[in-house]
Parts: sequence; structure tokens; C-alpha cells
Amino acid sequence: MEKAIRKYWPVFVLPTLAAFSVGFIYPFVQGLYLSFCRFTTIKKASFNGLDNYAYALADSEFWHSFWFTALFTVVSTVLINVIAFAIALALTNKIKGANIFRTVFFMPNLIGGIVLGYIWQILLNCVLSILEKPLLALNATYGFIGLTILMCWQQIGYMMIIYIAGLQSIPDDYIEAAKIDGATTGQILFRIKIPNVMPSITICTFLTITNGFKLFDQNLALTGGEPAHASEMLALNIYNTFYSRTGPQWKGYGQAKAVIFCIMVIIISMIQLRFTKSKEVQQ
Amino acid sequence: MKAKEQIAKIVVFIVLCLLAVLWVYPVFMILINSLKGDTFISTSTVFQLPNAKSFVGLFNYQNALSSKGFAAAFGYSLVITVTSDVLILVCTSMCAWYITRVHGILSKVCYALFVFSMVVPFQMLMFTLSSTADRLDLDTPFNICIIYLGFGAGLAVFMFTGFMKSIPLEIEEAAMIDGCNPIQTFFQIVLPILKPTLISVAILETMWLWNDYLLPYLVLDRKKYMTIPILIQYFRGSYGHVEMGPMMACIMMTVLPIIIMYICLQKYIIKGVIAGAVKG
Repeated sequence: MEKAIRKYWPVFVLPTLAAFSVGFIYPFVQGLYLSFCRFTTIKKASFNGLDNYAYALADSEFWHSFWFTALFTVVSTVLINVIAFAIALALTNKIKGANIFRTVFFMPNLIGGIVLGYIWQILLNCVLSILEKPLLALNATYGFIGLTILMCWQQIGYMMIIYIAGLQSIPDDYIEAAKIDGATTGQILFRIKIPNVMPSITICTFLTITNGFKLFDQNLALTGGEPAHASEMLALNIYNTFYSRTGPQWKGYGQAKAVIFCIMVIIISMIQLRFTKSKEVQQ
Repeated sequence: MKAKEQIAKIVVFIVLCLLAVLWVYPVFMILINSLKGDTFISTSTVFQLPNAKSFVGLFNYQNALSSKGFAAAFGYSLVITVTSDVLILVCTSMCAWYITRVHGILSKVCYALFVFSMVVPFQMLMFTLSSTADRLDLDTPFNICIIYLGFGAGLAVFMFTGFMKSIPLEIEEAAMIDGCNPIQTFFQIVLPILKPTLISVAILETMWLWNDYLLPYLVLDRKKYMTIPILIQYFRGSYGHVEMGPMMACIMMTVLPIIIMYICLQKYIIKGVIAGAVKG
């Protein structure tokens, strides 16, 4: 059978592979090459070695956006996962209307980042102006808090769904047995529920980390990086280096930053892979 | 003990209710303001329900549909989402079947590249991808689906191969012995078995395609085509006076179909999300 299918590879693999080459492989390789060039368009590119990288690594705005992103990722990951897990615990505890709550909490996930960003920009700016505080675009701290609230609002439902699935897959016998042995609610939570949903916790943690790290749409819509690039995250910083500056050097810098960004994301994914693998061995 | 538990449950219930209100409120706020006249939307009145003076009915909606280009944007978004979805489902499921059933260099290399592509952030290719699309004339809503097939293939192939490994080989072998060629086997035997995964992948890809902003923004010819997220960004992005009324109406008209779809397809969407998370 394998042989028969093998002959049909142009039918089965070629369409996807062709589109994949156009949509991913070619732009990726070209992007990698251009990060070593000074260019404004692809045709007008001249090799300039590591200059772009040297500039990118010396760019204080880039570093600022890196720390902003890192801090945001840590804060949002912790908040989202703790709250989502708490809600999932409550909803799996035979509470009335659990399905309705689940439906409501998950809803923001389906709304796109740009739309979400504007909804919250309007809402938060109104709240801030009533409190007579500076608007989002004028104060990076409020921008940070706003982004965190927005991400919590959007992602808690998603992670909650995953935690609920994890909690529901724990056999009832475990919890029954623990109760008969006289375990308290706290002991059941820490000794039985949490160890048994460890795979879900790993998945959710890394999902929130990568989502936070790669965040773009929400950042653009909510604060646009204002004031003066202070609330700019990595993805937006790269975008702005590319498209909102004129001059022959900027695109090369942007591409070099993008490669660095890409490497960071790959490292996070490798750590994730390591984590999931080691968990599988234990089980 | 029992009474204590009862109280705890009530407290949790109340907290959840409060949270639920918090979750619904932003959308509700947009809804009430989309029914007000432009001049009545200001920071001091934004939390008030529309009253006799500020209520303008569906005027904002009509305005958004007729003069703000919402109808066209909605149409383009729909075209892009549907064509890309169909193309991704058909092509990647075929590709995934080949990868799982044929063991060779081609399969191994393809699989590794697809998985790799899931990790790479879009910023890495945004410039080169948009200029490639330009050169190949892939910058209209009708053929941008080829770009999406390429860029969205990773997740889809990954999810399909994950599921296909669990399909018993015997069924397909029986079909082949009975005289089916691989194409018939795939479309008549494998595809029907794949149905649950097809739905999951379709939902995950739709959530991405419908809301995607940067890729169409950079790839499409912006003067001619706008998708919904681009239109909404354009509303705010253009400096000067922002017409809040029509903008609120646009947001509402973007959100409403999604919510209706969600309520109808909830079961599948949640299954799709869980499947995607476990595989991802």
C-alpha cells in the first residue's frame, strides 16, 4: 500500500508543499539572508555583514521592548493561569449554571485582537478619565495594566476550558478514596488534583507564555506603543522599525531584530518540548 | 460541615456571577453606545443607557454599512476565510495522510518543516512574504488563500497527522485490495473517518483567519481591499476626528456574527480548542 500511495505524491503533497514554499520556506530563507543586508526593497539589497545585528543589540528601544514584553509575559502568565485554574475548579465542583459560565468566559477568545483592543481602549480610557488619571496613550504603566487586563479577559476562558478538560479526566475514584481516607479539601487539591492536571498546566503555561511574547494586535490597538514607544512590545517594535521609519538602514535593522525575536521564540518552544517530554517519561 | 460547604458554594457562585458580568460588560457597552448619536458619545456619557435624546436607532449601522465600507469589508473577510479554510482542509489533510502512511525522506522533511513553521513568529517573514505575494500577484482576497495555505499548513498538518496515527491501517488496505486507488481511498474512506478532526481544524483555522490583521494588511492591496480588522484599525488610525457611532456599530456587527456562531457551534468549538491544545 505504501508503494501505491508513494506514486501519488504530486497529488497529495505537492499542492501544500508548493504553497508552503511560497508562504513560508522562501520568505523565511530570504528573510534570514536579508538580515545581513542593507535594503529598502528586495532587489536593492547590499550585504553588510553583522552591522544590523550590532545595531539591533545596541538599540535601547529594542531592549526596553524586550523587558516590557518579558515582564508582561510573566505577569499575564501567572494571573491568567491562577484565575483560570480557580474558575475551572469552581465549575467542576457541581455549581449551578456551570455551562452558562463556561460559555460566557470563553466568548472573548473568538473576538479578534484588534477589535478587542479597541473595545478595551474605549472602556479603559473612559474609566481613567472619570478617575482623572492620564489616558492609556499617555502613561506606560497604565498601558501595561491595561494590556494585562485585556489579556486576562481574553485568555482566561481558553485556559479554563483546557483545565476543565484536565480536571474532568481525573477518575472520581481517586477523589472518593482520598475523602474516605479523611483528606481535607486542600489536601485533595494539592495532592490529587494538581499533580493529575500537570500536563494541562504545562500546556497552558507555555500557551500563555508564547501568546504573551508574540503579542501584536492587542498592543497595536490598545496603546499603539504610546507614549513614545514606552509600551511597545517586541513584535510591535519590529513592525515599527520596518514600516514607520524612512531611511535605507531601518529595514535591515528590523529584519535582524526579527531574527533575534524568532530565536527567542524557538528557545521558549525548545524548553517547552523538553518539559512535555520529561513529563511523559514520568507517567 | 454541610452548612459551611453550602455557604462556600454560594460565595463562589456570587463571585462567578460578578466575573460573568465583567466578561459581558465590554460588549454590552459597545452595544448601548452603537445606538447613540455621534455627539452623545463622550467619556462622561459612555456608561449611560441611550435616552430619548441620544437614541438614534440603527442610524449608525446604516451609516457604517452604506458609507464606511463595512459591507465590502465583511464580504472580503468572508471570502478569504471560506476559500482559505476549504483549501487548507483539503490540501493539508491529503498531505498529512501521505506523511503518516509513507515513510521516507519527503515525509520526514515535510513534517519537520511544518512543525518548525508553527513556532516561527510572523514578524520574521512579514516583509519578505508580502513582497513575494506582490510579485506573484497573490494580493487580492481571491487568491490570498494560497498564502494562507502555506502559512497555516503547519498547525493543520500537525493536528491531522496526530489523529491519523490512530486510524487502523486495515480499513484502508481493505479498500485498496478491493480496487480503490489512493485518491479514492482517501476521499471515500479516510476523509469520512477524519470528520471530527476536520471540524476541529476548521474551527481553529477560522478563529485565526477571520481575526487575522497583519497578514492581510501587509499582503492585500490596501487601497482596494479591506478586511474587517483592517477597517476597524483604519477607523482609529486615521488621525483627527474619530466617528465613534459608526465605529461602535462596526464593532458590534463584527462581534455579533461571531457570538451567534459560537452559541450555535459551542460544542464543536470547545472540542476543537481542547484538541488543538492537547496536540499543540
